[in-house]
Amino acid sequence: MTDASVPQNVAPPPAEVEDVELYHAHSWLTKYVFCQDAKVIAIQYAGTAITVGVLALVLSWVIRLQLAFPGAIPFIDASVYYQSVTMHGMIMVVYMLTAIFLGGFGNYLIPLMVGARDMVFPYVNMLSYWVYLIATLVLVSSYFVPGGPTGAGWTLYPPQSILTGTPGYDYGIILMLVSLILFIVGFTMGGLNYVVTVLQARTRGMTLMRMPLTVWGIFAAAVMALLAFPGLFVACVMLLLDRTLGTSFFMPSLVELGERKDYVGGSPILFQHLFWFFGHPEVYIVALPAFGIVSDLISVHARKNIFGYRMMVWAIIAIGVLSMVVWGHHMYVSGMDPWFGFFFAVTTLAIAVPTALKVYNWVLTLWHADIHFTTPMLFALGFLVTFVNGGITGLYLGNVIVDVPLSATLFVVAHFHMVMGIAPVLVIFGAIYHWYPKITGRMMDERLGKIHFWITFLGAYAIFFPMHYLGVLGMPRRFYEMGETAFVPASAATLNIVITVIALAVGFAQSIFFYNLFRSLKYGAPAGGNPWRAASLEWQTPETPPGHGNWGAHLPVVYRWPYAYSVPGAPEDYLPQNAPPMSGEHSP
Amino acid sequence: MSVMGLFFIFIFSVAMLWLARQGVFESPWLEEGEVTHRRRAAGTEPPPAAKVGLAIFLAVAGCLFSLLTAAFFMRGDAPDWQLPPIPGILWFNTFVLAASSVALQLALIAARRGEFERVKTALLIGAATAGLFLIGQIWAWRELLELRFFASSNAANAFFYLLTGTHALHLVGGLVALARTTDKVRGAGRVTRALTTSVELCAIYWHFLLFVWLLMFAMLIGWADGFGVVCRRLLS
Repeated sequence: MTDASVPQNVAPPPAEVEDVELYHAHSWLTKYVFCQDAKVIAIQYAGTAITVGVLALVLSWVIRLQLAFPGAIPFIDASVYYQSVTMHGMIMVVYMLTAIFLGGFGNYLIPLMVGARDMVFPYVNMLSYWVYLIATLVLVSSYFVPGGPTGAGWTLYPPQSILTGTPGYDYGIILMLVSLILFIVGFTMGGLNYVVTVLQARTRGMTLMRMPLTVWGIFAAAVMALLAFPGLFVACVMLLLDRTLGTSFFMPSLVELGERKDYVGGSPILFQHLFWFFGHPEVYIVALPAFGIVSDLISVHARKNIFGYRMMVWAIIAIGVLSMVVWGHHMYVSGMDPWFGFFFAVTTLAIAVPTALKVYNWVLTLWHADIHFTTPMLFALGFLVTFVNGGITGLYLGNVIVDVPLSATLFVVAHFHMVMGIAPVLVIFGAIYHWYPKITGRMMDERLGKIHFWITFLGAYAIFFPMHYLGVLGMPRRFYEMGETAFVPASAATLNIVITVIALAVGFAQSIFFYNLFRSLKYGAPAGGNPWRAASLEWQTPETPPGHGNWGAHLPVVYRWPYAYSVPGAPEDYLPQNAPPMSGEHSP
Repeated sequence: MSVMGLFFIFIFSVAMLWLARQGVFESPWLEEGEVTHRRRAAGTEPPPAAKVGLAIFLAVAGCLFSLLTAAFFMRGDAPDWQLPPIPGILWFNTFVLAASSVALQLALIAARRGEFERVKTALLIGAATAGLFLIGQIWAWRELLELRFFASSNAANAFFYLLTGTHALHLVGGLVALARTTDKVRGAGRVTRALTTSVELCAIYWHFLLFVWLLMFAMLIGWADGFGVVCRRLLS
């Protein structure tokens, strides 16, 4: 849709987009703590998310130690084990992955990539972070109340989650629910910002189809999150009322310890519907930003335009729409109508089409490309392999008849850790190595980065790949102790020990990353404005790190899509999005 | 969950139409030079960011209420389900909320014409009637509690409190926004463009809450039982 009336090669007229009244910090406190600048909020979000993420990593060691050496470590009793399982899952999925992709990368990258000065509602954006922080504090505070955090499992299924036998019955479960409600309130404020910024604050020339796929991924994920989180919100509020006021939304009549409870006629399945109505889109809320970021990393570090940009956008939209109608596949064993199961199996397997399309396009982008094996690229390739692996086991589990025997075994654990644990985490690492120079003005150490990559990638594989075999053997997940079982051979215990040892080692190896992260702040090589020679807008800021307001006096004007790499006839092997067109330029 | 199906068909159709108009079928790699946004090329102004933000917030709130409705019908299948009697004051409340909505619409019309005094009066009437509605809702709660229809005695009672409570909290949020708008109107002394936008946003939000209330009221009275039966039959 080139506008023929606009003459080429003349100085562009002043930007059409009105300059917004920018927020200005007046003191140290409003500049670094209660700051409304999206870049600062992004770092606050990411810092908090990584901190609780490390806590969740330590909790995973507790789980692994128990599985490998049952009963050998005195402080890990059944309660501690279940509490660790619950908190590990909840923190990683909600408080770490969702927060870092949308709150962290979303806040940093959206305004820079679409050429805006800031988010459209900076004050609400700041509020979003602080509510998120309070939510995490409430969650962590459950470690300091009598009874400790809840041990209900991250799915919090009633009736067991609010019965006395579950650890954390007194306060843990209440704090968990309150924390989730707060998180959703905070997230909704942030999500509104991300979506409206993409819709409203794009700079001149930045059409939707000229946005980098990172923005597309985060945008689609934010829309989905806005529509999916109300499901969790409703479930949490109703469960909280069941627990505190004694309502019977979810609680059926039941007898506990010989005592008849006052609950009547509630439906635990209703909770599962509401929970998974959020829970499944949640997977893609984490995955779509990862897809987007990986597309950009591969394109930049392979010096080639992304293959099938338009298909990639359509695939993101298709995945977003489809993922809202597949939640039932988490409930195959809940006794649902077979036709219902059939419907959900069909929609679930249908998601494989747009997802596979994306994988093919990544591979075809790499085909005959000028691949630079930088750390971000290695992580992107690591993601590709891990994601394909996890996706294929997803096809197994999407079929009702295969899922029924595999349900609640370690096969499921292996599957979802591959596809939404390891794969997105690899992308987070890749993205940090990639954008660190823009955020700090310094490069991270490549050698340490590569060591970090190989340990993390191979280690994660060594942890989760064997778990598939344990699952096929029928080894159940969530069990505190296996006890005497005829169907699990003794070698399974050996394998569990091996997995645990590797998990401990890989966990400790992350200190290489943190060392690199902090050391490079001061001693990293100066990066300059655009060390990767990338075409997208965030690398074209007048200052690095970008100053307040991002763009200096004038907003950039965008003339082309963000993937103009290896353009024939161009002075360099890439054309920035905001470089005026060359005379007679034709697209690659 | 059929309710959610209907809700999503609506949301997705809007989103898809919008995406198609925004040019997701274009080929960006073939386009060079400056591309102006379509709607701006047509000479119209883009809507203010706050209005887009409100539209998206309404989608989120709509999703929340649809989920509550879905849960209402799914839970309503159980044999113990018994809707509480409807306090007569709810009819009065419905009328008051409708009046509030009309007042804000009149405020918007006056703001567009630049009639400052009428905007002020209409906003105050809107706020007062909305406040009256909230008091009426509390009255209805008290009436039910005095008749010993507790949230814990039947899930239908619990849904009554949950639905009306969620709706009331949304209205309280709206009242905060309305108070800020009224304050701005007083400070400005005349009708400005920013004020018209603020009044418009309040009016849209009020109409949305009235719409939600009408559907909710129909459900609580039991007029929507037939719909619930259809929903369940679709899914089982």
